Amino acid sequence: MTQRLPLIIFAIVMAVIPFIPGIPPFWIVLLDNIGLAALVAMGLVLLTGVGGLTSFGQAAFCGFGAYTTAVLTTAYGVSPWLTLPLSLLVSGIAAVLLGIVTVRLSGHYLPLGTIAWGIGLFYLFSKLEFLGRNDGISGIPPLSIGGFRMLDPGTIYFAIWIAVLLSALLTMNLLDSRTGRAIRALRRGHIAGEAFGVQTPRAKLLVFIYAAVLAGLSGWLYAHFQRAANPTPFGAQAGIEYLFIAVVGGAGYVWGAVLGAGIVVILKEILQSYLPYIFGGQSQLETIVFGILLVVLLQLAPTGVWPWLMSRLPFKPARKIPDTSLELPARVRAPSTPSVLLHIDKARKQFGGVIAVNDVSFDVGAREIVALIGPNGAGKSTTFNLITGVLTSTSGAISVLGTKVDNAPPQEVVKLGVSRTFQHVKLVPDMTVLENVAIGAHLRGHAGAISSMFRLDRADEARLLAEAARQIERVGLGDQIDQLAGSLSLGQQRIVEIARALCVDPLLLLLDEPAAGLRHMEKQRLAALLRQLRDGGMSVLLVEHDMGFVMDLADRIVVLDFGTKIAEGTPTAIKTNPDVIKAYLGATA
Amino acid sequence: MNTTIMLFLLQDGITNGAIYALLGLALVLVFAVTRVILIPQGEFVTFGALSYAMLATGQVPGTARLAVAMGVVAFGLDLYAARRSLRLKLVVRSVLLNIVLPVAILALTYALAGPKTPIAINIALSLLIVAAIGLFLYRIAFQPLAHTSVLVLLIASVGCHLALQGLGLVFFGAEGLRGPALSNAAFTVGPLRFTGQSIAVYGLTIAFIIALWLFFGFTLMGKALRATAVNRLGARLVGIRTTLSGQIAFLLASVIGAISGILIVPITTLYYDTGFLIGLKGFIAAIIGGLVSYPLTAVAALVVGSVEAFSSFYASNFKEVIVFTLILPVLVLRSLAAPAVEEEKD
Repeated sequence: MTQRLPLIIFAIVMAVIPFIPGIPPFWIVLLDNIGLAALVAMGLVLLTGVGGLTSFGQAAFCGFGAYTTAVLTTAYGVSPWLTLPLSLLVSGIAAVLLGIVTVRLSGHYLPLGTIAWGIGLFYLFSKLEFLGRNDGISGIPPLSIGGFRMLDPGTIYFAIWIAVLLSALLTMNLLDSRTGRAIRALRRGHIAGEAFGVQTPRAKLLVFIYAAVLAGLSGWLYAHFQRAANPTPFGAQAGIEYLFIAVVGGAGYVWGAVLGAGIVVILKEILQSYLPYIFGGQSQLETIVFGILLVVLLQLAPTGVWPWLMSRLPFKPARKIPDTSLELPARVRAPSTPSVLLHIDKARKQFGGVIAVNDVSFDVGAREIVALIGPNGAGKSTTFNLITGVLTSTSGAISVLGTKVDNAPPQEVVKLGVSRTFQHVKLVPDMTVLENVAIGAHLRGHAGAISSMFRLDRADEARLLAEAARQIERVGLGDQIDQLAGSLSLGQQRIVEIARALCVDPLLLLLDEPAAGLRHMEKQRLAALLRQLRDGGMSVLLVEHDMGFVMDLADRIVVLDFGTKIAEGTPTAIKTNPDVIKAYLGATA
Repeated sequence: MNTTIMLFLLQDGITNGAIYALLGLALVLVFAVTRVILIPQGEFVTFGALSYAMLATGQVPGTARLAVAMGVVAFGLDLYAARRSLRLKLVVRSVLLNIVLPVAILALTYALAGPKTPIAINIALSLLIVAAIGLFLYRIAFQPLAHTSVLVLLIASVGCHLALQGLGLVFFGAEGLRGPALSNAAFTVGPLRFTGQSIAVYGLTIAFIIALWLFFGFTLMGKALRATAVNRLGARLVGIRTTLSGQIAFLLASVIGAISGILIVPITTLYYDTGFLIGLKGFIAAIIGGLVSYPLTAVAALVVGSVEAFSSFYASNFKEVIVFTLILPVLVLRSLAAPAVEEEKD
């Protein structure tokens, strides 16, 4: 329960603050504002810092939350507590609609899109008759419990901060789970996650909705705190400010959102009250300082204040060691394993005029190690990508266990028991080895986002982590289990990828240059591991440049050159094949 | 609606669209070279326009002093960056560019500004001032971040926008300004009246499109700029000075922004914060052009301008809503069309 202790202390401190005698009421107002901003920023932490989806439009979702309750309570006399779920629902639905359109946007199109609809929605709020146009809606009733009405900032303070603490708790729970790992892998691109069954678009939409609902909650609280709603706080400027808060605090950290909100709200207050004294009565000076600070911050501390603070703490949070005695049920397999696992028939891939893979055919049988070799640019990695569904083939047929997989998405291929590693390592560097490897077991767990948030996933989660720990032990990285993946050497990272692939419980393991960057002894250990896997019933297809390693290990070798298969056979036959020697050395030597 | 109204709206749309096209071109230019999505483009517009309008009333605009201040900061950064190997030549060059140049512009502005100054001189002064600001903005805000992701650059860009917009309020006040027309000539064709101003808008837009297309397609410098955009390290290895490329891109963008501003300030009243919206509309055009194609951007800008003109006639309340929603289907098409390549982010 060490993780909970700081949270409990923080909750107690926040609960005590209003009762400190002589605390200026204005400070409470500031704390209210900090809490409101922290809620939105927390959504952004998940969306931008963790998921890598930048949104400048979060303020619009606050608007949905605020206006929903404003309209329902003033025009229809609905109780504020009844409008809470409705506010969240409206923000969520808005997020689904906008998300379906925007989340699929790639790269910088996404932030641009959010700016555009952020501004569009702001104008919509300020033009619609039933939302009171530019004047907005006033006379919103306060929150009340029985006869107790939360009229002043000191009472709604509790509602706001309970919301903040609960949201922080739920968000941290979510991040520390099967779904959370899928979300955390989003930022590094979609290919690695999808190779292990993560439905990337769905995960993106999930964080998008989650962030919007938090913003809607903040908007709902804001409406009952101000007792009025007008378009200004939901415009593009506010959207930018929320992102600023997340970046200042540390966009990857839940508490960074709270810290960032504190820093920015207080700074803004100070700037607004003192700048006019220094520079005369001009308004908006704080935006100048704000803008400059944002640029300076990005140049000096791009990761934000929270991680900077944490790295200065004298103690490090202890990590739980997974209980490896728990068994994860094996992946559901076909009742009998056919003799041919992978059948490739005249697979072809063209990029415009370039034929990367030219009608290549070969099979991988059960309990067999097949090596795919060839000079650089021979089409080896492209073949891997065709098998695993990363690329769609131009023509030809690929089948796994008799099921056609050409043009199937990667998530379907992995379900058949084909898992892979990547030539360019695709790990999440700021996740531990254990967490990275656990992504491999994604399809063997079942807990969803909601159950993770409420910690109903613990049994499922413990089994996943146990399996991950077992595979890490198996590949010989037990000592590095708690290190960040980014801190390992490249060779070790490749081994981590193998452990992750093993977590799928695969029938066929595709390894793309697994021995690159390994020392001699490590290569020996890897070869031993692969033989042991084969003897245990697994097949391996590997791309490798180390001829000694390949010739020693492989049962059969397929040689590609310029996308075409030029030879296939046992290592001894390949060594003396004149075509192969010509392809590698340029002439018959 | 009759044909006359339609023609009027179309004319209005094309005039505005031409301005958006200019801004869109500048955005594409900057993005293609530096990967910066230049949100402060709108501030170049207002700075250019309002400096020109203030000069026309005989006052020295605050932007001239801002250029000096930014030059001093840029000089400091230059010295700090080169602290390990301070060579006289380097320092002299930095002093000339960062101190002497803006001070000279400021001195020139003080010397020439007056109620009777010819329009051409006012235009030249405004352009000089904004050009200097653009140049220093790159040095101060973006050059230190040049190696980072598009996202970090975008957030920094938003920061610059906030700071510059705030400064705009300080320099020009909350009241809107209008500048004198470049020419009072006018003629009519059928029901339409063409002013010298609108002809200048069309002419300059077309000239810029052609010039940029020629520059990037056919000159070594233009190709070097594009190479920088694709791969900074690679460009440096073949001898392209990537810093210089960024500076040139910002210089061009700020000049184009200022020209757009000077072109519209006689037509509509500009406020210190108008630039943001105008810039964003140029932006929509640039995005429709995929941030790469100049001709497509120009065409898209005309569409944006026309949609705006027609929606302000039919649903004036929802003009902005319609214009900004226009971007969504385009973005969707764009990202569906884009090949599913893995983005290596750090």
